[in-house]
Amino acid sequence: MPLIQQGDQPVWKKREPLKQYAHWVGWMVGGMLFVWCWAIISENTIWEFLYDADEQAASLIGRMIPPDWSITGSLMRPLWDTINIATVGTAMGIAIAFPLAFLAARNTTPHPVLRAVALAIIVSSRSINALIWAMLLVTIVGPGSFAGMLAIALRSIGFVGKLVYEAIEEIHPTPVEALSATGAGRSQVLAYAVWPQIMPAFAGICVYRWDINIREATTLGLVGAGGIGLQMNAAINNLAWGQVATVFVLIFATVVVSEWVSAKVRHAML
Amino acid sequence: MSSPSTDSGADQQRLALLKDGIWKPLPLIRDARWRWALNAAVLLYIVLAWLSVDVNWSRVAQGMDRGVAFMASFLQPDFVTRSGEIFTGLKESLTMTLAATVIGVLLAIPVGLGAARNISPLPVYLFCRTIIALSRTFQEIIIAILFVAMFGFGPLAGVVTLAFATIGFMAKLLAEDIEDTQKEPLEAIRATGASWLQWVNYAVQPQVMPRLIGLSLYRLDINFRESAVIGIVGAGGIGATLNTSINRYDYDTSAAILLLIIVIVLMSEYLSGYVRKWTQ
Repeated sequence: MPLIQQGDQPVWKKREPLKQYAHWVGWMVGGMLFVWCWAIISENTIWEFLYDADEQAASLIGRMIPPDWSITGSLMRPLWDTINIATVGTAMGIAIAFPLAFLAARNTTPHPVLRAVALAIIVSSRSINALIWAMLLVTIVGPGSFAGMLAIALRSIGFVGKLVYEAIEEIHPTPVEALSATGAGRSQVLAYAVWPQIMPAFAGICVYRWDINIREATTLGLVGAGGIGLQMNAAINNLAWGQVATVFVLIFATVVVSEWVSAKVRHAML
Repeated sequence: MSSPSTDSGADQQRLALLKDGIWKPLPLIRDARWRWALNAAVLLYIVLAWLSVDVNWSRVAQGMDRGVAFMASFLQPDFVTRSGEIFTGLKESLTMTLAATVIGVLLAIPVGLGAARNISPLPVYLFCRTIIALSRTFQEIIIAILFVAMFGFGPLAGVVTLAFATIGFMAKLLAEDIEDTQKEPLEAIRATGASWLQWVNYAVQPQVMPRLIGLSLYRLDINFRESAVIGIVGAGGIGATLNTSINRYDYDTSAAILLLIIVIVLMSEYLSGYVRKWTQ
C-alpha cells in the first residue's frame, strides 16, 4: 500500500505506479485480444440472419406453447433408456476409473511409468465430450443405447479417475505408516488405510458424476446413441416444436429429480 | 447406528470370532436385512437395465474392424490432408471460447451478486436464481439448437450459447462464494458510509477475486471443450469438421483433431494452474 507524496500531501494508492501501469497494459492487451476475436466471429457470421431474430424467437416460442402432451406416453420408454444409459454407463466408468486412480496417485502407484500411462488415459478421456465419444462409438458398435452407455463410461473414467486420485493423494500418511509398520501387505494397506479415508469422497464423486451423466444422456440421441435425445432429434427435424417442448419439460423434470437424489445421497454419505 | 437389540447376535458372533483371532471390518450397513435388500435391488436393476438394451452383437463384431482402425489412426494422425479445415475450425473454436467466456463472466457478475442471499433483497435473489436454474438445466447442445434456429448457422450462435451456459455456471459458484464471505469486512466498510458500489468493490470483491479468476479460467477450459461439440448442430467451431470426418470414416483426420483438442485442454489446464498459484 504505497503512499505517494503529491504536493505536500500524502495520497494513498492501491498499487505502486509501475505495477499500476503493468495492470493497465494487461487490461489493454486483454481487451484487444477480445476485440480481435470478436472481429473474426463477426467476419464469419451472416448478419442478415439476425434482422429477423426476434420474429424467429417469437414464432419458435409461439409454436412451443402449448407443449404437445399427446406424445408423453410414447416418451416413457426412451426416458427409461436414458436413465439406464446414465446409470449403467456411470457404473462401467467407475469400475475402470477406480483401479486407474490408484495407479495414477503418486502415493499408491506401483511404478512411475504406469502412473504416466494412467494420467494420459485420464486426460484424454476428460478432454473429449461424451457426445464426441458417442459419435465415434455409433460408427463402431452401431446406433442404440449400447453406444451411449460406452460413451458415458468413457467420459466418466477421466472425471472420476481425476477426482479420486486427487483424493488419494490428499490422505493422511499416518494410518498408512501405522499399518505398514504392523507388517501389512500392499493390498491390506490399500484396503484398511487408504480406502476408509477416501470412501466418503469416492461416494460423493460417483453420485455427482451420475447426476451429470443424466444430463448428458438426454442429448446423446442427437448423434444416434439412444435415449430421449432420439425423439428430440426427430421432433426437431420435423420442426414439431410442440413435441420438442414436451421433451424439454421431461428432461427438465428428470434433471431436477436426479439433482435432488444426488444431493440427498451426498448429504447422507458425508 | 441401529439399536443393539436388532443385531446383538451378529455382534456376539463378531466378538466370538475376534477371540479366535479372526477380525472382520464392520459392515457399512449394520442391519443384515437392509444389506440383502439393497444388494437384491441393485441386482434386479442391473438385470432390468440390461434387458432394456438390445445389443446387436453381430453389428458390434462388424464394427470392431472400424474400432481397431480408429485406434490405429491415433498412431498415425493425419494433420496434413485437411489442414485448412482443421486450422479454420480451431481458430473459430478458440475465438468463440474467448469471446463467450469474457461476455459470460461479465454478465455473470451482476447475476451472481444478485443471487447471493446476504447482499441482495429477496425479489432480486429469486429472479437471479431463476436465470441460473434455466441456464444450468439444459446441456449446451440443446441451447445451441435453439440459438441456431434463432440466429442462423455460424459462430455467433455458438458464442451466445456458450455465454449463456457460462452465466449459469459462474453466477451460481460466485453467489455461493459471496455467501461464504466473512461478515466483518462487509460491516466495517458499510460503517464508513460507503455507497453500494464502493461496498461491493472494497468489501466483497477482494474476498472473492482469487476464486473468480480461478473459476473463469476453468470455465474457459470447459467452453473450449464444449465448442468442439456445438459445431455438430451448426453453431461453428471445430465440431463441424470433426463430425464430417467421423461420418466419412476419415479416422486419421478425426484422430488429429482429437489429439489437438487434448493438447489444447492440457495446455490450458497447466496454464490455469500456474495463474491460480500466482493470484493467491
